[in-house]
Amino acid sequence: MSLEKLTFNYSQGDNALSVRFNGVWQIFTKIPPVSEATSQFLAYPDIKTIILDTTELSAWDSSLVVFLYKLIKQCQERNIEVRYNNPPEGMEKIIALTLTRTDIKVLPKVDVTDTFLEKVGEGFIGMGKGLFILLDFLGEIVQAFGRLIIGKAYFRKDEFMLLLQRCGVSALGLVSLISLLVGVILAFVGAMQLKLFGAQIYIADIVGIAMVRVMGAVMTGILMSGRTGASFAAELGIMQTNEEIDAFKTLGVDPVEFLVVPRILALVIMMPLLTLYANLMGILGGFAISVSMLNLNPVEYINHTQAAVKMSNLWVGLAHSVVFGIIIAISGCLRGIRCERSASGVGEATTSAVVTAITSIVIATAVITFICQVLGV
Amino acid sequence: MDMPVKPFIEVRNLDLNYDDYMVMRNLNFTVNKGETFIIMGGSGCGKSTLLKVLIGLKEPKNGQVLYNGEDFWAADYRRQQEMMRGFGVLYQSGALWSSLTVGENVALPLQLYSSLGVSQIRDLVELKLSLVGLEGCADLYPGELSGGMRKRAGLARALALDPDIIFFDEPSAGLDPISAKMLDDLIIQLREDLGSTIVVVTHELASIFAVGNNAIFLDDQSKTMTASGDPKYLLDNSRDPKVIQFLTRGRR
Repeated sequence: MSLEKLTFNYSQGDNALSVRFNGVWQIFTKIPPVSEATSQFLAYPDIKTIILDTTELSAWDSSLVVFLYKLIKQCQERNIEVRYNNPPEGMEKIIALTLTRTDIKVLPKVDVTDTFLEKVGEGFIGMGKGLFILLDFLGEIVQAFGRLIIGKAYFRKDEFMLLLQRCGVSALGLVSLISLLVGVILAFVGAMQLKLFGAQIYIADIVGIAMVRVMGAVMTGILMSGRTGASFAAELGIMQTNEEIDAFKTLGVDPVEFLVVPRILALVIMMPLLTLYANLMGILGGFAISVSMLNLNPVEYINHTQAAVKMSNLWVGLAHSVVFGIIIAISGCLRGIRCERSASGVGEATTSAVVTAITSIVIATAVITFICQVLGV
Repeated sequence: MDMPVKPFIEVRNLDLNYDDYMVMRNLNFTVNKGETFIIMGGSGCGKSTLLKVLIGLKEPKNGQVLYNGEDFWAADYRRQQEMMRGFGVLYQSGALWSSLTVGENVALPLQLYSSLGVSQIRDLVELKLSLVGLEGCADLYPGELSGGMRKRAGLARALALDPDIIFFDEPSAGLDPISAKMLDDLIIQLREDLGSTIVVVTHELASIFAVGNNAIFLDDQSKTMTASGDPKYLLDNSRDPKVIQFLTRGRR
């Protein structure tokens, strides 16, 4: 195919190589490599002139320009004169324009691969900066809450009610489904071992204590991180991108007071309620499986659950939920309000909010569990 | 109109930076009361960064920004907040708060800083909206407005507290010629009817010549201002080839 597109004819008398371009030279057709033409320089080292003959060219586009550009560059390096024979309209101008664009220089790629130690160092510096930003943000939140308590903060009740709805009622479906399934899983896993001792009735204890003490709060926290935390980050990130947060600042309004405080409050109020609901759904899931598939007596199951789950378990679970609410709201709002002003910045803020919240929830759970162990709660 | 002796805004030896990157250095200019002052220059030269410093969103590396002789960046936080209440800012995108209606956007500054009652605020909102040609749009959300309407609503919000100075960041950006002209006419009307002092950041030639009666040109290569004066005067008399190239769209 390439022979059809490109043919050569060398005239020894005047040391001229005629390069004939045939047929269609367009980007959707196969174009021969420029080396096919430059290899002629080796075959005929005494070439003084090259004639670019486009008489038989039927169609062309930038693929031909690129080919000619490379060929002409090589000719210039070898002091070979270039002539055109019947060039199509505009081609000479485009090539001349391409050849004069010598001012555009591509910078060489700099090897930015860091050594292991550099990466560790940068990681620590990044963590230090992150900690400083977090402390700064926490300080702003404390100040804003202080103003709210003394009645000097601007607080929109309508918007707060909407936030309560978004953080609470709107999440009920998802919380129901996941908590119910967690209860089901706990019942099945418990049954596998307890059946060996004929102690299946203790499934009620396992499901009840696990859901009320920690699982209800943790599952709700993880769900709310992905749902509400991400939504806070995206919302505030877009507000940052659209200069809405700047507009608050120039008006002398603290964006933390206006945007962050209501969100933290809404989540702190709704998280315990959602956790209570999740506990109930989890126990219901365990109950349904135990009664329907493991043939446990329903009344006995309820009695066992009542006896096993102490108020202290409930308080521990609710303490988890309040802490998780604060973590999710702060992660989402912090990432959103410090978001870079671009679409990718909003995406990164959202991802970072969810990852930060879930990681912090797991760490907080470990810390609270340890504290409860030490206190004997 | 009586012109005050001292300038309304005075910028002295201002250096702007982003971390280690120097954006502009040694900026010196003054803006008089009732003037429409243009900050012009090519894309990415630092016009919007300068605006951020003027409106209190970004601290300069060095230098002073004086409002009525008072150094903004030397003032304490509370005084800065008070001074900022005298600024009205129309951002490039309008920057309307998307969760609030247009009316609520305009009303919020009044609710925060005025002692007016609900009905008085409602009347004022209607007045500000009619001033920018948006009467009857108070109950619409920003998402329901066109780009031009959003900017006009942003202007109504910027005018809410009857500011001493109105800052415009690229007011014509993204607007069709008719909407851009309408916004230019509004700027002229604000200056002539209300005597407002206006600072406009733009590179739109039509706007520069239509509204500006004083200007500075920021040059991104020398990283400083290379010309100042009335744009029409600069067009006829400037000897700086970049200024001429900019003001003639490269035709001279």
